[in-house]
Amino acid sequence: MKYLDEFRKKEPFQAILSKIQSLPPTAISLMEVCGTHTVSISKSGLRSLLPPGIRLISGPGCPVCVTSLEDVDRVIMLAEEGRKNKRYIIATFGDMMRVPGSHSSLLKEKAKGADIRILYSPADALTLAREHPEKEVVFFAVGFETTSPTFAATILQAQREGLNNFSIISNNKLIPPAMEVLLEDRETTIDGFLCPGHVSAIIGTAPYQRIVDRYQKGCVVSGFEPLDLILSTYWLMLQKKDATPRVEIEYSRVVHTEGNVKALALLNQVYDIADASWRGFGVIPQSGLVLKDAFSSYDGTKKFDLPTPEVATPHGCQCGQVLKGMITPRECPLFAKRCTPTDPVGACMVSSEGTCAAYYKYEQ
Amino acid sequence: MRTMCLAVPLEVVDVKDNLATVSFGSTTREVYLDLMDTVAVGDFIIVHAGFAIEKLDKEEAAKTLALFKEVMDEIS
Repeated sequence: MKYLDEFRKKEPFQAILSKIQSLPPTAISLMEVCGTHTVSISKSGLRSLLPPGIRLISGPGCPVCVTSLEDVDRVIMLAEEGRKNKRYIIATFGDMMRVPGSHSSLLKEKAKGADIRILYSPADALTLAREHPEKEVVFFAVGFETTSPTFAATILQAQREGLNNFSIISNNKLIPPAMEVLLEDRETTIDGFLCPGHVSAIIGTAPYQRIVDRYQKGCVVSGFEPLDLILSTYWLMLQKKDATPRVEIEYSRVVHTEGNVKALALLNQVYDIADASWRGFGVIPQSGLVLKDAFSSYDGTKKFDLPTPEVATPHGCQCGQVLKGMITPRECPLFAKRCTPTDPVGACMVSSEGTCAAYYKYEQ
Repeated sequence: MRTMCLAVPLEVVDVKDNLATVSFGSTTREVYLDLMDTVAVGDFIIVHAGFAIEKLDKEEAAKTLALFKEVMDEIS
């Protein structure tokens, strides 16, 4: 396919690899914070091709994975209530279905008879709402800055149509605050970030400039193909060698410094920034997106009296440590033994973008 | 198109109001343009959860490919 095959060629990959090999040996830890990067790095075998000392680690880049257990439990309980009162249709992205809650999962509730739909786009929920005026369509919204504007656009469309049986439970989150939390943590070692391509398409590079200024860590916005990832890695190594941390855009065919101005305006119109709870991190201040009061009638957290779940963390699950890049999946005692994609214990093994799922599939 | 985040630029074959039709393998698919300013037939767009999030800049793509070639020439 055009603009794809050219970025997967072997010869330039080998050429950049030999440039990397010609640099003086160094210990460097580079983190990506994007589920699509996680999968692409595992699939390309990049990690094993790089010289020893170069660590590519995965951070909290999978939105399904970082959703807190309590937030998962709450929607499972709403689905259970919906099964009894027949009033709700719960909508969510496919990967969310099998995420284990404390006592159940959305998939199990669906098997028991709850009306839960897997949708590809938030816009599809409006189709459901139009077809079922007697029911409330509630979207369990998870995502970062790439996904959040799609929910914003959908809510504005619902408003234009006067649809009043559609709402979202926003677990939408912001990536840069999590990156800063990781840099503040004394137990982590991060020399630079492979910044997420499509989050950056929306937010631009200003948040990364802040990271460079405050923490003197390099930030390279990377595309998703093997050539993008190895070039970005090379640039971050050069930055470290020359002690010149800065923001660079490798994925310049899609990302601009200022981001997507229209999408950013929609985010500002629809959401307020609030504290949010992340799996493995706890509460990160000012890292979540909640609907502004003007959009309360689309806010599931205000429309319903959501239950407070009793959370029971699965014994031995190291998902939190994996999400912070402190351990690799292979270091978790449950990995590929008690925890597999067919019978997952933690969210990181469920989502196709999860670090554990990527290691299980490509790097065992 | 099962994955939510699709890192594949798709070619626009038709535009009507806030909907673009993109070619996807041997089939086509409709994509919302609410997050875009202007999109025209022949543009390549990045699609996420049913919405176009950005247009591919063909000139910048060519620059990056030229950079790859430069590294290859340097090595050989």
